[in-house]
Amino acid sequence: MCLAIPGKIIEIDNEKEIAIIDYGDGTKRKANVNLVDVKLGDYVLVHAGFAIEKLNEKEAQETLDLFREMLSAGGYN
Amino acid sequence: MFSLRDKKLARDIVIEIKKLDVNLKFMHVCGTHQDTLIKHGLDVLLKECGIEIGQGPGCPVCVTTQREIEEMLILAQKGKTVTTFGDMINVPGEKQSLQSIRTEGYDVRMVYGIDDAVSIAETNRDKEVVFMAIGFETTAPTTASVLLKNPPSNFSILCCHRTIPYALKALLDMGEIKIDGLIEPGHVSTIIGTRPYEFISEDYYIPQVVAGFEPIDILMAVWMLVKQIKNEKAYIQNEYIRVVKDEGNVKAQMAINEVFKPGDIKWRGFPVIPQSGLVLRKKFEKYDARKKFAMDLDVLKKREFKDPKGCRCGELLRGISSPHECPLFGKICKPEKPVGPCMVSIEGSCNIEYRYSEKNKK
Repeated sequence: MCLAIPGKIIEIDNEKEIAIIDYGDGTKRKANVNLVDVKLGDYVLVHAGFAIEKLNEKEAQETLDLFREMLSAGGYN
Repeated sequence: MFSLRDKKLARDIVIEIKKLDVNLKFMHVCGTHQDTLIKHGLDVLLKECGIEIGQGPGCPVCVTTQREIEEMLILAQKGKTVTTFGDMINVPGEKQSLQSIRTEGYDVRMVYGIDDAVSIAETNRDKEVVFMAIGFETTAPTTASVLLKNPPSNFSILCCHRTIPYALKALLDMGEIKIDGLIEPGHVSTIIGTRPYEFISEDYYIPQVVAGFEPIDILMAVWMLVKQIKNEKAYIQNEYIRVVKDEGNVKAQMAINEVFKPGDIKWRGFPVIPQSGLVLRKKFEKYDARKKFAMDLDVLKKREFKDPKGCRCGELLRGISSPHECPLFGKICKPEKPVGPCMVSIEGSCNIEYRYSEKNKK
């Protein structure tokens, strides 16, 4: 139910707040983008036909680096 | 795209967890977390590290009550076009499911999201179209967003939305199980942020970590919980920082607050949980199927509904039982002929356990 799939905005109609999302496996679907502030080329997480958050690929990569750092430092605490 | 797979890091996290030498019980409230745990064998791996993780009331289809299913059945039988997310259609009601009455000719349609249900209403103006609005905070803003855009007057919703934080409070207040830490759902938290969980750590002194859905996310969340416990701390931490902001998705929260107010609601397996539901505000009551079709639903008013005979979904959702402890599991109750919702939904623990267990693999 709370599954959300990442995809890239390849077309956007700002007036209708509708975008075409490319999920990278050949699947392209329409999604509503009125719950997020996004532009063409942005990556979003899509749930039940609505983009619910913007994603940042760089941050995804930094997550792994941060985890490695946390482990070696023994955590935040 | 955005995969977070790094076997060495996963191994390192497990080694670190093992070093901490613990015996703990954690709970998560998300079908997708359960899927990751079982699919990748993390449940077994973590058990070897002294950590048990169970799924609580984290499956919207599963926590939907018999009464709500009966309401949808009645509306369909009274000639409405009823629309719902896929899994819901096969959840058994007292005698029938939405799927079984569909085969009798009633108009039951599966939709991918509420937008599709509105489209059906737009193209069938002579029909009353009711959408079964289930789901947690992840899904509630999609409902709110649609209602804010003046859908056609022949469209309405049967509101079954539920919210997580007060359900966790109810679970902890019941005191049936020992929970040493909570893994909070990543996509519910995408909407609400981390702050609504703060009171749980403060009032119950339980560590919490919001987690993503890759195996590394879960392992990392477990390690963060264990570290908090070892350091005698209890607060809400965010592992899923690549998506979840502390403040959440404010735009989505505003949509929810404009359309709904918090209300009390019963969850399957639980009594009525105060403030854990969403009720349509007065301005949006015209879209409330329960008000619009009150006469049709009146027959259910004095009825009481019991869970299916022998079904232990209620105990499962409270975290006090596991699929294998249910005598019906895999015998009478299977995905193709489910007795309870936890075997129907792809997010239910029974369905997940059944799908990934060796002997059921095709």
